[in-house]
Amino acid sequence: MKSSNSLWKEKLDGKMPEELAREIDIFETEIALRKQGKLEERLFAETRLRRGAYGQRYDNGQRNDGQKVQKLNFPSGDFTKGPNTMWDAPGMQRIKVPAGGLNAAQLETMAELAEEYSDGIAHVTTRQDFQLHYIHIDDTPALMRRLAAANITTREACGNSVRNVTACPYAGVCTDESFDVTPYARALSRFLLGHPDCQNFGRKFKPAFSGCAQHACGLTSLHDLGLIAKTRVNEATGREELGFEMYVGGGLGAVPYHAKLLDSFVPPEELLPLTQSIARVFARLGEKKNRNRARIKFLIQDLGIEKFRELVFEERKTLPFDPRWTEYIEQARSEFQEAPLKEAPRNETQSSLVTIGDLNGASENFKRWMKFNNRPQRQPGYVTVTIALPLGDITANQLRSLADIVRRFTKETIRTTVEQNFVIRWVSKTDLPELYKALAAAGLADVGAGALVDVTSCPGTDTCKLGISSSRGLAAELRRQVSEKSFQSDEAVQNLHIKISGCFNSCGQHHVADLGFYGVSRKIAGHAVPHFQVVLGGQWEHNAASYGLPVAAVPSKNIPQVVTRLTDRYVAERQNGETFKDFVKRTGKAELKNMLEDLTRPAAGDTSVFSDWGDPRQYTLGDMGEGECAGEVVSAVDFGLAAAERELFEAQLAFEKGEVDQAGKSAYHSMLAAAKALVRAENLDVSDDPDQIVSEFRQRYYDTRLFFDPFAGGKFAGYLFAAHEKSGQTYTEESSRYLIDEAQLFIDAAHSCSNRLGKPVVV
Amino acid sequence: MRSILEEEVTIELQHINVKLLLKESENLKLDSVIPVFHSWIQGQIFDELLLDVADYRHVKDGPGLMLIGHEADYSLDNTDGLLGVRYNRKAPLPGTNLDRLIQATRSALVACQRLESDPRLNGKFHFNGQDVQLIINDRLLAPNTETTRQAVEPDFERFAVKLFGLSGSSHPDESRQGSDEPGGQFSHSRSSTPTVFRGAPLSMSDNKYYVNYSVDMRRLLSATIRSPKSFSTRELLNNLAA
Repeated sequence: MKSSNSLWKEKLDGKMPEELAREIDIFETEIALRKQGKLEERLFAETRLRRGAYGQRYDNGQRNDGQKVQKLNFPSGDFTKGPNTMWDAPGMQRIKVPAGGLNAAQLETMAELAEEYSDGIAHVTTRQDFQLHYIHIDDTPALMRRLAAANITTREACGNSVRNVTACPYAGVCTDESFDVTPYARALSRFLLGHPDCQNFGRKFKPAFSGCAQHACGLTSLHDLGLIAKTRVNEATGREELGFEMYVGGGLGAVPYHAKLLDSFVPPEELLPLTQSIARVFARLGEKKNRNRARIKFLIQDLGIEKFRELVFEERKTLPFDPRWTEYIEQARSEFQEAPLKEAPRNETQSSLVTIGDLNGASENFKRWMKFNNRPQRQPGYVTVTIALPLGDITANQLRSLADIVRRFTKETIRTTVEQNFVIRWVSKTDLPELYKALAAAGLADVGAGALVDVTSCPGTDTCKLGISSSRGLAAELRRQVSEKSFQSDEAVQNLHIKISGCFNSCGQHHVADLGFYGVSRKIAGHAVPHFQVVLGGQWEHNAASYGLPVAAVPSKNIPQVVTRLTDRYVAERQNGETFKDFVKRTGKAELKNMLEDLTRPAAGDTSVFSDWGDPRQYTLGDMGEGECAGEVVSAVDFGLAAAERELFEAQLAFEKGEVDQAGKSAYHSMLAAAKALVRAENLDVSDDPDQIVSEFRQRYYDTRLFFDPFAGGKFAGYLFAAHEKSGQTYTEESSRYLIDEAQLFIDAAHSCSNRLGKPVVV
Repeated sequence: MRSILEEEVTIELQHINVKLLLKESENLKLDSVIPVFHSWIQGQIFDELLLDVADYRHVKDGPGLMLIGHEADYSLDNTDGLLGVRYNRKAPLPGTNLDRLIQATRSALVACQRLESDPRLNGKFHFNGQDVQLIINDRLLAPNTETTRQAVEPDFERFAVKLFGLSGSSHPDESRQGSDEPGGQFSHSRSSTPTVFRGAPLSMSDNKYYVNYSVDMRRLLSATIRSPKSFSTRELLNNLAA
């Protein structure tokens, strides 16, 4: 939609990593192919999801306006960007931030994009990503280019892929960690990005790193792959070794699973290949038809962890060696050493923050901020400061101010957190008053990071098609109601976690909250009424050690009273400093349900319950749609053939421009791509070497006659062989013209072959 | 599009935002506007396709309350702590820069007028009569540089002449009609953030229009135009229609 979209490619030429530039060019071509009707909507949907371009609520072209279902008459009519997803409907762009790490320039880029393509707000997610909402699909290549110029990719942010690799935001500065997991998280993120063994999943795959077992920061228990740093002493050498406990099969979703121990000690040189082996087993054996059972947790449940382990280690033995498995190790340790901007103040220790200066006379707000928003680092004299973002939202101006702040006080050591906040690391203690002033001036000094007032919420019905109740609406209301009260409350209450999901899919991580809520709907007096299930008994600590269970469904408008009642009773009855989780267990779900019973019904005559928080429309489930979280299951073969089509399209473009030699080369490469797609269905490890591709294709598909067209026989395969034989030549206008035609016929034949054979990837 | 011909630079102004600053009021709460915005979607009352309401009241100095549309967004925007009715044109438009400035301003004025007159809002929302902010939401077409500011100044002044009915307009205040040269009626200044002419105005005795540009290169190109006298939304709409 933006007038300048086409200008950014030239403007940013040479200013981004080549592989990112190429990826975006590919996506732009796919958009063009879709507009020409040459790319099927399902395939386009998965390709855009794998670039983080997601759908939003109402993108099916209709919206309940409170009186009627209104058809949204977009200019592009019924043209789609996916099944039941209108082309012009606003979408969401998810932006990956591996391990949450950012620099000042990246914050400024995010500010620009939020202003120019979105609603002026960048949203931090519960997986350390950013999201921008109300994005037009036509703007996404330019947006991606601008991110790439800041060394950020959106690739595989959504879809059936490896999602963002998260890590404890205190990695490297935490007093309790075994060692800094940051370089390993980044290495795994780079290794898995676009990896061929990760392109055929039936569902998403989420890895997470933690530096310790006892705190919450990495939440490894609820991830598909969880890595917890640990050390051991080598008995032979007496030297300390670094490694990871490796867990697999965790996940929240509708029914949460705890990850199971795969290996108690994985050294760094095995981290990448073992993960690759897990990916292969998941791709091969994971469910693909029933999307509700396609996560790896179900595969492990069905097989049992013992059998799964056995399969993974068998797979490990078959992997062809990849130098990337080990070459990252030394580089990572030196590359990711963070350092402070300023020297530590002398004579400082790791003792309490209040020893810095004299807090007498300081404002109440500053004192509270010191208490709640700061924690000492293990490096004496330094502090990690948390910036609590309201509902995870930050404006463009605030992002720019934050960029100035991290430049002024640190070496730009800032990270996002899964609590939808930022942490600034390596702040000198003596800078805290000035830092506070700078943050306050930018509206970024909200007190209570990680406390009761710092409510976590998924986007919910604001923008998500799967949202049932308004999680953000409720979160905003709870923030408002508890904000003052929480700081007068018992300290135990102040530190409770509230997490809210708009539906049972747990994007708000309600299962691991002290007070968790997820959206449901109930009928009252013949009307649909938004409710939330109250989920109690979750444990955030110990890497999300336990999951809560639902206790009662309460109308959304009564939830604030639920919070008040539960916290008041906890304060009144808490024994011997027990945690809220222990209080829940001791009190018992039956009693807790009983105490909330009256709140499960609206007060007599209260009609406000028929609409949700912040939304005056009569509540309805009619705006729900099919989520795209599950993506579209598109086989690796289909993806490979789509890549071949795209390459051929580029050949045609080159031919049109008179670049005939390039056109011929691209046409030839498109045939190789199609052949490789088929070969890979039988041999995952086929290389990019044209000789090997053609040889394997001949052996597996031509000699066996599998590729033979019922009418044309092996004719189209002959085009590939001839093109390969002549591939070293310079193409003329005539020869490249013929080759483009032949390539199209070959690719069409490859599609037919794939359809006839129903090619899965190799078992 | 931009071209460089000797020393002349032409800038295409697209994705124009216009923000009409509101009269300050301590009791101004945006929650009463939420049902109003929803009713506008019900009626699809504007030329643009209206889609949804986005609530960012919880964010300090943020977008406030937004009415998301396909071609444009409307909002009660609180960026820089200045509450105003903002129109954000997203879809490109044909025509000249002046055409596009007029289109965006007309849209903002119509929305503002509706808010002023909506009985549900009890007259609480009112244009302050003097301050109009222009923001160009495209850094590539219109980067926030001195070169760009000088290039667009004539367009902004032509626009202000049209908007405030200067030089040959039927405006009743004869004393305002000074020079026929638009430039003589304008005083330009620069600041790092959009300037709020709060409290005593800089100088109202000379009947000048003040145009203040934000010079922070990281921010979008923006200019706040302040009129020496107060106009109603109706008067400004009439001027644009003339």
